[in-house]
Amino acid sequence: MTEIPSSLPPLSERPGALGWMRRNLFSTWGNSLLTLLSAAFLVWAIGGLLVWIFSAAEWRVVLVNMRLVMVGQYPVALVWRIWVAMYFLAFLIGNTVGLRMEKTTRKGLAVGLLFSPLVFALFSFSLEARLAIAGLSLIALAGWWLGSRWPQAFRRPVLIGWIIYFPVFMLLVRGVSGEGSPMEVVESNLWGGLLLTFMLTVVGIVFSFPLGVFLALGRRSQLPVVRWFSVGYIELVRGVPLITILFMAQLMLPLFLPTGLTIDRVIRAMVGITLFSAAYLAENVRGGLQAIPKGQFEAAHALGLSGFQSMLYIILPQALRLVIPILVGQFIALFKDTSLVAIVGLFDLLGIAKTVLAQPEFLGLQREVYAFISLIYWVLSYAMSYFSQRLEVALGVGER
Amino acid sequence: MSAKNSPSSATPFWRDERVLQTFGQVVFVLLVGLFFYSIARNMVTGLARQGMALGFDFIKGMAGFDIGEMLIEYSRSSTYGRALLVGLLNTLIVSVLGIIFSTILGIILGVARLSTNYLVNKIAAFYLEVMRNLALLVFLIFWYLGVFLKLPRVKDAIVWPGNILLTNRGVGIPWGIPTETFGTYRLILLGGLVLASAVAVFLHYRGLRTGRPPLTTLWFFVTWIGAAVIGWIALPSAPLALDLPYVKGLNLAGGRILSPEFMALFSGLTLYTAAFIGEVVRAGIQSVSKGQVEASRALGLSGFQTLRLVVFPQALRVIVPPLTSQYLNLAKNSSLAVAIGYPDFFYVSSTVINQSGRAVEMISLVMLVYLSISLLTSLFMNWYNQKIRLVER
Repeated sequence: MTEIPSSLPPLSERPGALGWMRRNLFSTWGNSLLTLLSAAFLVWAIGGLLVWIFSAAEWRVVLVNMRLVMVGQYPVALVWRIWVAMYFLAFLIGNTVGLRMEKTTRKGLAVGLLFSPLVFALFSFSLEARLAIAGLSLIALAGWWLGSRWPQAFRRPVLIGWIIYFPVFMLLVRGVSGEGSPMEVVESNLWGGLLLTFMLTVVGIVFSFPLGVFLALGRRSQLPVVRWFSVGYIELVRGVPLITILFMAQLMLPLFLPTGLTIDRVIRAMVGITLFSAAYLAENVRGGLQAIPKGQFEAAHALGLSGFQSMLYIILPQALRLVIPILVGQFIALFKDTSLVAIVGLFDLLGIAKTVLAQPEFLGLQREVYAFISLIYWVLSYAMSYFSQRLEVALGVGER
Repeated sequence: MSAKNSPSSATPFWRDERVLQTFGQVVFVLLVGLFFYSIARNMVTGLARQGMALGFDFIKGMAGFDIGEMLIEYSRSSTYGRALLVGLLNTLIVSVLGIIFSTILGIILGVARLSTNYLVNKIAAFYLEVMRNLALLVFLIFWYLGVFLKLPRVKDAIVWPGNILLTNRGVGIPWGIPTETFGTYRLILLGGLVLASAVAVFLHYRGLRTGRPPLTTLWFFVTWIGAAVIGWIALPSAPLALDLPYVKGLNLAGGRILSPEFMALFSGLTLYTAAFIGEVVRAGIQSVSKGQVEASRALGLSGFQTLRLVVFPQALRVIVPPLTSQYLNLAKNSSLAVAIGYPDFFYVSSTVINQSGRAVEMISLVMLVYLSISLLTSLFMNWYNQKIRLVER
């Protein structure tokens, strides 16, 4: 007879796959029924989708028109300028990730950065395009490596890089006017596709942000006239759909200007988007301002700062830090909303789809084209929100 | 600070805060006034050069265009005003239906997101994540061109249970045709409503007297529906005759035919907004702390009572404000109908602008109308929010 050990090891409940399924899928009769129903739904939905993607859909329409979807009618000989702008952006993103991210997430993101553009290089584009796309990955990776290797040395340059990115980007895309300039001007009616969407988004963010901050401060102002004006503007704009603002910008803005002065359609759309987005940003910033305790104002005053100084150096930095997540959400919404310019006839990412579908050899391929465009919007929105969540963790938003 | 304590004569007027503030506001008003004056002048001179004057007289003019869908009588010889009214009704019907259905779907999604069933939970999570990152306009166009217009032709219509026909010319659903007893039945419904309200008021006051919370809403509907059912049976012939849709030549006939434009806009808006409402509902339910449930169980409340009297009222307080803004978004987003050709208010307005050239007046009118819709919705939701808010001592 074997000796029974005096103390048995505790029974650790370690259910296998079956135990897990029992707990999470088949705990009760109702649950089992739900599980079976959802499993059937999943099989039906995913099966149908896979069949469509891999056998029914004709993706050639997208591959052939990739340049149109990306940059619209932008002159082929000058596309290198957009590539330069993209490389600059890739470097900045890579460098920021290398500098700012936590050790654990850095690796995962770096791999993502390395491979995500490379996926596109697998498609059957021209060799040059594939090399250019692969370059994007390499430069992003180089930025990451430099940033994580010498964080101190790159802290300032990368910040300056982000600040000058907008003017540099505009300069590269538009060119320099004047006789014999090294970069000839590309008129805005030639901008199109993702490039135009990107332009509208960036311009919208850059200009609506300060306007939104001013409106938020105006709404909190002690001067009743300024306050009423801000409240009136914010509530008016938030009460109407964006498309009415865009129509107003397209049809009424030319009337508001003095005779002889005209602005082109792209800039009109930019004005509309900026005016619209500023009202929403103002409300978000106001939320941040309201969250700052009164003691901060009083302490700033006690230190001898003027009202303006205490707002600029004490209150605003704290308030803006508080609302970074909401602001990023607003910017993502702005990015998605730029698709509305297609209704007023611009050839942005959505508007260009009509051009693609008008080609006689690709008639009736609406599903493929719009699904692809939807995917671009989705991936970019998702990437922005993911990136911002990581950045919040890295910056310690809400912890300080 | 010291300036305020000393006699006012010691402060020179250019450093007196009140003077400065007044001065600043006057300057602000002047600048804003100047800005608006100059753009208004530019506009009037610009319009005068085109030989146009401002005014709303054109609205009585003949529209001269057709509208695909209307709830009220309209023809191309009707006035612009009538056309706009048709559009407004279309906007309202899509918004109201969208709000109702997206709320139902949103609640289902929110609850599914919290389900302990792994598969249900993950499907809901996936749906929310996918929908919330889509660009609505692109989704609507895909939904219209890629799904509803790609349905089979009328002669190969897909038939769903309940005799629902899906075709690329629209979706046919069964509908009721009023018979000769319908007028009487309407009166019965109205009487039932009065009776149900009386029951609700009685229950409410009895609840106040006895201190037991009554199931007011439940009994209200039980009474009303009971009256409706009894009335239906009691009448000599049924007040509504069932009318099934069927294929007639190259078109659908019978029942009620919903156009692809309407279906795409309505279902697209519903699916999109439901994802946001689902997120709101999830956050609301999660905001009720577990201790509340445990405490109410400890007090002897049943599971249903806990849900109805403890969890739900508290969750609702968190849910209603963001829900309001989702409803407003849906109403405003219905203007995207213009991209898929559903004749809503904005679509009709843009047609009117093209026909009459009255951009300034029409855009002002459109903004005013949407502003009123937003204002009315938020007034109603604020009233509801007041009603359910936490009454603090």
